[in-house]
Amino acid sequence: MSPVGAIVRKELHTYFVSPVAYVVAFVFLLLTGLLSFLAIATTSNRSMQLLRAQGDLPNLNLNEFVFRPVFYNMAVVLLLVVPILTMRLLAEEKKLKTMELLVTSPVTITDIVVGKFVAALTVLAGMLALSAVAPVALAPFAEFRWPPILTGYLGVLLMGGLFLSAGLLGSSLTENQIIAVILSFGALLLFWLFGWAGQVFDGTALGKVLSYLSPLDHFEQLVKGLVETKDLVYFIAGIIFTLFLTHRVIESQRWR
Amino acid sequence: MIQVEHLTKLYGPKTAIADVSFSVEKGEVLAFLGPNGAGKTTTMRILTASLPATSGSAKIAGYDCFDQPKEVKRLIGYLPEVPPLYTEMTVTEYLTFVGRIKGIEPERLPVALDQVIERMSLGEVRGRLIANLSRGFKQRVGLAQALIHDPPVLILDEPTVGLDPKQIIEIRQLIRELAGARTIILSTHILPEATAVAKRVVIINDGRIVAEDTQEQLSARLRRSEKVSLTLKHPPLDVQDHLLALPGVLSVRQEGHTFLVEAELGRDLREDLGRTAVQKDWGLLELKLVAMTLEDVFLRLTQHEEGVEAQP
Repeated sequence: MSPVGAIVRKELHTYFVSPVAYVVAFVFLLLTGLLSFLAIATTSNRSMQLLRAQGDLPNLNLNEFVFRPVFYNMAVVLLLVVPILTMRLLAEEKKLKTMELLVTSPVTITDIVVGKFVAALTVLAGMLALSAVAPVALAPFAEFRWPPILTGYLGVLLMGGLFLSAGLLGSSLTENQIIAVILSFGALLLFWLFGWAGQVFDGTALGKVLSYLSPLDHFEQLVKGLVETKDLVYFIAGIIFTLFLTHRVIESQRWR
Repeated sequence: MIQVEHLTKLYGPKTAIADVSFSVEKGEVLAFLGPNGAGKTTTMRILTASLPATSGSAKIAGYDCFDQPKEVKRLIGYLPEVPPLYTEMTVTEYLTFVGRIKGIEPERLPVALDQVIERMSLGEVRGRLIANLSRGFKQRVGLAQALIHDPPVLILDEPTVGLDPKQIIEIRQLIRELAGARTIILSTHILPEATAVAKRVVIINDGRIVAEDTQEQLSARLRRSEKVSLTLKHPPLDVQDHLLALPGVLSVRQEGHTFLVEAELGRDLREDLGRTAVQKDWGLLELKLVAMTLEDVFLRLTQHEEGVEAQP
């Protein structure tokens, strides 16, 4: 088995032996399920009002009125739960001194970082797959288009992946899981707010840079169903760069 | 098998080890002896290719620890001072994971696992969570971790620290059994431990090697007198004069009612002392040979006494 595979299996094992993965998945699914329900109920109420006012059944776009807000809210929930998913990954290895086992074994730091990232991404993908129960359940009763839902999920997965890599970086900086969570959460919120700051400085070069750095605009494109290379590049490059930083942090800790 | 040349490691302005050189032949057991903070762990971590040295070189089986870390890591089994255990795993799960990252092929892994569990007598606990094991078992799981891929070189950092005397004897016995086919470096701050398991001893203090020799020669060279401790219930005031009058006595040091009597090498004073104390009715309470402690060794070595500093 490749070293990456061994680390992925170990991390998945740890996720499901401890209650962490279950609790995170439970909270995520509960909140996204509730959000889907609220979005559907609101849309349904609105169409009833329109029916009364206009006399005929309006053809509301479910993609726009139900799924788009659900994806946005899903991203907010991920912002909250992803740092919990990643806080343990490297901080605990240092606390338990098991990092020493990893760095004295014939595995590279890249293997360690990639293995841990892939394991966390697997848990995230599993959670997202389970949340897909909402569109599947809605399909027999309503008309909507699947492609924007698939690109929306792609967007949530990429956004979640970016959050995971930031969480891993936070976890590499400390032995303390609480500090890891706070660091990751702070960094994620900061980048989130870049989107708002970009609007404040709209039209200037600074505004453009800030908007580009925030994941929000790129995410919006995917949720709208627009798959463009520049947005995919943003997420994938962001993930690779953050994992690279994590690698450098671990590498520099070897020297001390 | 292991060559270390002029190894130096600085942590910022602080020198952890300075100009450390030694070599270990294939199949040899070498003890690294020194007080806490002497640089033992630093040297060992450099040998595991996980810590880069500031200057100098370390080679294992011809592979450089800095330039060829992957080859070196395949050849070594390392037990750090704190055994690196995932406490939420069972013994079997943990050793399976270690086997995988050490690069054991999947089809060979079950055999390697059974062998190491057998060798470390972990059969009765193989299904238990590591968190619930006793300190002795945890240490054995730590050793099993270092051994699972059958490495030719074992590096053990304080393998008996924190164990009770029975467990210490067990672990030493295991180390002696492992020697022979394997080259072993172990560190300790306990002199009898070094002499119990290793043929050759390197003494390190303040990051520098202060002596390196076989255990017999080292203690022979360092022992330049015999010491006996004598405790008396009611010693007379002139007891020191009486003791110094005995043949072979070099010096007497008094601490309360206890006298530390030093004699020339090869002379056992106990008989003479005992007889004198009883004849003169000093109330003999205790009489014992004083073994040389690590503190004595260090005092000797750091005070640059004759015959010690001659060591290259």
